Amino acid sequence: MSRYLLDKFLYTVDRDPELVERYRKDPAGTVAWWEAEMAGTLLNCIPAERTTWLSFTEDERRALREHDHVALFEMGAHPFLTLTLFIAMFERDHGPLEYQKAYGRAMQHISLPYPDIAT
Amino acid sequence: MAELAAVIASTHHPFYYRASTSTGADRPPFADEWVAKIERFRETLTRAEPDVLVMVGSDHFHQLWLDNMPQFLVGKAPFFDANFYNEEREFGLPRMLLRGEEELAAHLLRDGLDRGFDLAFSNELRIDHSITCPIITLRPQANLPIVPVYTNIFAPPLPQPKRFVQLGRAIREMVESWDSDRRVAVIGTGHLSLELGGPRQFGEHGPDPEFDRKAVEWIASGDIEGCLAEVSLDSLHAPGNATHGFMDFMLMMGVAGEGQQADHVDTLDLFHTMEAYFTWYPNGLPQPREAAVAPAAVTR
Repeated sequence: MSRYLLDKFLYTVDRDPELVERYRKDPAGTVAWWEAEMAGTLLNCIPAERTTWLSFTEDERRALREHDHVALFEMGAHPFLTLTLFIAMFERDHGPLEYQKAYGRAMQHISLPYPDIAT
Repeated sequence: MAELAAVIASTHHPFYYRASTSTGADRPPFADEWVAKIERFRETLTRAEPDVLVMVGSDHFHQLWLDNMPQFLVGKAPFFDANFYNEEREFGLPRMLLRGEEELAAHLLRDGLDRGFDLAFSNELRIDHSITCPIITLRPQANLPIVPVYTNIFAPPLPQPKRFVQLGRAIREMVESWDSDRRVAVIGTGHLSLELGGPRQFGEHGPDPEFDRKAVEWIASGDIEGCLAEVSLDSLHAPGNATHGFMDFMLMMGVAGEGQQADHVDTLDLFHTMEAYFTWYPNGLPQPREAAVAPAAVTR
């Protein structure tokens, strides 16, 4: 389980307008590219100083590839990161607050205590 | 010594800017009432005639990240750029530039470390909507120097609620021991019950109106002990998964002091969350400085 890496994906995509569009249009390609090229990037270091041991589990890859925000929540990805990025990608296809409400409804089966988000 | 001119605690609703500036069909039905409440709240700061603002907030995974996460951080820089691309995108917030007050920041860092708070610091900090929202609501001219104080209410493991209260008490003492003749307002923002990215998000009200009612009572009456007796890191999950932001209100209760009734209390029940606004005047209701000076001028 690499909750930290899920959060790192969501964080680095959400803060970059080009990556937001790329992940919306081509989730499978973006996830594969990101894991190969970006997962090991230490954010305040030069590219040669890469982290060597970070990778997704297959379930995590699948959740990201399928834009499955419910699975991401259940895996303990940080809910703020997921929500912010998914609003950026999909709110535009819906009326005011329609997407946010549907996003919550899709999780109605989840009750307290929620999955741990500590990294 | 510096004077603590006002203590202000507020929610920081990122949609206020857009709601208050929209017109015609885009203007939400609750905008006018919201603006009226904010304008009354703003007057409580204006009346205190502050020279410097200590701004307590929390970075929302903008500059601060999980590879190096501070619990409490003081920004010490001559300027602070503000707001990020994803805040422009989602909330329509403008880019801003605020002046910093480095002398007070240095004092808070030195004195805070000596008091046992191992404060992190940043000399190049881009601040986010937890600090720019109260600038927009309370001081839209954005013309006063600030000292940002960031807390971690966001990325567990988090400090205990009592630690937020302790830091608030220390900030008050440190502001009042700053060797300066300036008037300082301490402004902090957090949340009442709030759910983000979970099944209870974006409801008709905040996810837990009963928690909100109790929280407003604790804050308005300065009931720190009562609040600490009921609030724990575990208990804050129940009212909503982002409710740990309430700990910044607890910090501000620490600044205001045990048993201190707020001089201004207002709330607004919005969809999704309850807004709440509090102002304390530690040295009594402020008198206009011009009025204090004018009689002396006459007697000369």
